[in-house]
Amino acid sequence: MSYAAIDFNTTKLQQLIRLLVSTLLLITFWLSNANASPVDTFEFKDEATKLRFQVLSKELRCPKCQNQNLADSNSKIAVDLRKNLYNLLQEGKSDQEIIDFMVYRYGDFVLYRPPLKKQTYVLWFGPLVILLGFLGSVIFVLRKRGKAKENELSLSTGEQESLDDILNKK
Amino acid sequence: MIPELGHFALIIGLAFALCLSIVPLIGVAQNNQQLINSAKPLSFGLFLFVGISICLLAYSFTVDDFSVKYIANHSNSLLPYYFKISAVWGGHEGSMLFWVFALTAWTFAVGIFSKQLEREFVARVLAVMGMIAVGFILFTLLTSNPFERLLPNFPMEGRDLNPLLQDIGLIIHPPMLYMGYVGFSVAFAFAIAALMAGKMDAAWARWSRPWTVAAWSFLSIGIALGSWWAYYELGWGGWWFWDPVENVSFMPWLAGTALIHALAVTEQRNTFKHWTLLLAIFTFSLNLLGAFLVRSGVITSVHSFAVDPGRGLYLLVLLALAVGGSLTLYAIRAANVSSPNRFTFYSRENTILVAMSILITATVTILLGTLYPLIIDAMGMGKISVGAPYFNAVFIPMMIALFVFMGIGPLIRWKKARKGELFKHLNAISIFSVLFGAAWPFLFAGEFNFMVFVGMTLGCWIVLAVLKDVLNNAKQEDGRWKFSAVPLNHIGMAVAHAGIAITVIGVTMVSSYEQEVNVKMAPGEKVDLSGYIIEYAGTKNVVGPNYSAIQGQMKVFRDGKFVTLLKPEQRTYTVESMGMTEAGIHTTLWRDIYVALGDPLGQNSWSMRLYYKPFIVWIWLGGFFMALGGFLAILSKRYRKRVLATEAKKQQINPIVIQEA
Amino acid sequence: MKSIIRFIPLILFVLLGALLYRGLFLNPQAMPSAMIGKPLPDFELPRLKATEQMLGRDDLKGDIVLLNVWATWCIQCKYEHPYLLDIIADPRIKLYGLNFTDDRNAALRWLKQYQDPYVFSIFDEQGALGLDIGVFGAPETFVIDHTGIIRKRFAGPINDKVWQKEFLPLIDTISAEIAQGAS
Repeated sequence: MSYAAIDFNTTKLQQLIRLLVSTLLLITFWLSNANASPVDTFEFKDEATKLRFQVLSKELRCPKCQNQNLADSNSKIAVDLRKNLYNLLQEGKSDQEIIDFMVYRYGDFVLYRPPLKKQTYVLWFGPLVILLGFLGSVIFVLRKRGKAKENELSLSTGEQESLDDILNKK
Repeated sequence: MIPELGHFALIIGLAFALCLSIVPLIGVAQNNQQLINSAKPLSFGLFLFVGISICLLAYSFTVDDFSVKYIANHSNSLLPYYFKISAVWGGHEGSMLFWVFALTAWTFAVGIFSKQLEREFVARVLAVMGMIAVGFILFTLLTSNPFERLLPNFPMEGRDLNPLLQDIGLIIHPPMLYMGYVGFSVAFAFAIAALMAGKMDAAWARWSRPWTVAAWSFLSIGIALGSWWAYYELGWGGWWFWDPVENVSFMPWLAGTALIHALAVTEQRNTFKHWTLLLAIFTFSLNLLGAFLVRSGVITSVHSFAVDPGRGLYLLVLLALAVGGSLTLYAIRAANVSSPNRFTFYSRENTILVAMSILITATVTILLGTLYPLIIDAMGMGKISVGAPYFNAVFIPMMIALFVFMGIGPLIRWKKARKGELFKHLNAISIFSVLFGAAWPFLFAGEFNFMVFVGMTLGCWIVLAVLKDVLNNAKQEDGRWKFSAVPLNHIGMAVAHAGIAITVIGVTMVSSYEQEVNVKMAPGEKVDLSGYIIEYAGTKNVVGPNYSAIQGQMKVFRDGKFVTLLKPEQRTYTVESMGMTEAGIHTTLWRDIYVALGDPLGQNSWSMRLYYKPFIVWIWLGGFFMALGGFLAILSKRYRKRVLATEAKKQQINPIVIQEA
Repeated sequence: MKSIIRFIPLILFVLLGALLYRGLFLNPQAMPSAMIGKPLPDFELPRLKATEQMLGRDDLKGDIVLLNVWATWCIQCKYEHPYLLDIIADPRIKLYGLNFTDDRNAALRWLKQYQDPYVFSIFDEQGALGLDIGVFGAPETFVIDHTGIIRKRFAGPINDKVWQKEFLPLIDTISAEIAQGAS
């Protein structure tokens, strides 16, 4: 509590009231930190471990929250799991070991990066397949139409270019 | 009394919407000019009464009418008046009414600004908008009535607006978002009207384009604001989480971007008509799908409104009717739409086609990722999560490919590129961009960074490409420069593309160089944050209109000089006794310094989170430029009356191919 | 052929609609435990009422073990408590408590005030055992069978309806397995 809040020119009563209000505020904050940003102040053994902590706490999901990762949630389970994550990192466990540890206990649900399994093949390979499919069919259709057009009458290249010049002038 | 009037006004609006859906179409079928012309006044009536409805709701908020359930749940007498008004769209029911209001506003606008279109066509477009309005007004009235009363026992005080929403972000973000979302229904209505009429000509594309671009611009602002708001309000320094609700706003934006480009090609080259039709339907479907996902409880999200499967079912039926109906119409009538294909492999058409393919794939990918947990669960295969790591892994490579093509697009000719010329344009640009991108990480951070290299190269590449295009347009035959000769829609395109580049640069820099420090601080202690010294100078108690707070005093220094005083707060809102963090942020064009208070640790010590975020403001600035570009393009002369007479003559030279059924 | 292609978007949409419809009847909040079918891990934690005594997995004796996660900071545990006092009447089960990240004195006072239904409670101050079995809140109840395998995890307070629907069928099944094994 800040004693700077008490001005020695005011009456004792006012000081007392300020003191009470500050204390009450403090208690209320302690109890109602629902949307406070969660701040753990862990001491990591080195910078690399700290960075791994930051990355992993974003890769892991808080099991009980409405779609938040461990880094952003202030719920009790998230606070506990962050502490456990810290302990595991300090013990020297590798990233994969930590992920396996969490998945063994909480299931795949707790991973924001879905593991590559039979069930997630469509998820991981789908985008590439869709993109190649699109581009492939576009090329295919264009080539087919291109072949058909070769049979049509066409201007000479020189004539074509001058015509293009006229048409494409913006 | 007033809430009931608001309720009745909404019902009258429904009546207008019903008439609007039916009467003009009868007019078209029977060639009855009077009925056809009824579309415009009917859309005015629709707008008027829905407008009255929402105004009455806003009024009830300002007079603290807590007998209305929605107001009791979302407001409080201590709430500042500007939040009382924005609380109108702070909850599900009110936001639906706002959605409907935005819809009627767009409908009315289409009615006014369509003198250049055929009457029958406008009648069809407005009728389709009327049908959409019927669907949504019914939904609001039946499942989400904001005028529901709590009589006879109503509370003397309201439960207050969620403190997270008591912020300027709430005043602007949802309205912009809904204006954008809803605006895409205009493009949809145009597409359906074209299918109904059995023809799509250049005029159709010309008039569809500004509405679509306007909607896209609003949506860009809405998304940028949402991201910015989350950043400064939630206190964890993040700006995009790939949360389902975020994805649901992003997908229509991506599809809408593809649509804008398809429309451009349809207008200028009379091709890509099927793409345009399907994209218009797709974008609108994504809007409906989004409404469903957010409000039905099918997907877990931090942002979800209070969920209700009953509402979900209704929205699903709406989705089925609107999308199913339009896709069926497409399947049956699409054969009437011909798209002569007159371009070669190396052409602007093809470049845009590749870009559209990437955008559509990206949209489908995000949809897949968002729905995948649901798919796995529905198939009984357990529960999985799909989050930021997945989306980043699949989305970023696609965007990199897209950005490469964005550099080529503005500079490659329509129909058939001239290889020599293209290389000439791109040579200097590509070399410069690569050098710039390679040098930048060294200049900024003293060592090489691959992702920064890629990001900065692409950003530079995109900007230089549109710059070159503008310069090409400004150069006259005699070698002089005349910038007023550059058409406004070119400038718009350049600004919008530049906006993308700005956002890319912002994202690249922040992701690669941000720094986070979590630390306990006692009064007087200092922390080093990327060259900035931040000193904690104790706290002050402050009082706001409906909250009280402990305010940290953080002095920021750099190179010994005082930069700013940051004042992060821990607030307690009087009504709900809810605690909330307000971060202290100092923003410049080049970096943000961000401090958030954590927990009090006794003796005025606090745990704190401090961030250094370089270039982060560029992310949202880019969004602003994108929207600016869009609005500039709409202001282009080609949409104004005087130009049209000459244009009409030009069209007679290029006959348009229409095949009758 | 071409006309069929035109129907593809519609077909895809119908599939999507079916998925969404199914989704309305699912519960995205329901969280099955990942530990089902896995053995209860061993542990070394003090007994709540007598912290000098260390307990391990073997101390949870009984054919069917119910491990109830509780704490004084858990409001719903209070609602559950009276039912726990009822269910221990069933001779087939043995009820043990896991006092999860709690204050010991508060916990002892709680048990004194509301009665102690447990054979004993494990004092898991750091939440180590809780973490090892995938606890994410309280109250939660685990059913462990005679071979030490976790058969079920129920998250939420137990009441009559829950007991009838969620627990009794499983207890019957396990009892039948035990009987078969014995014969």
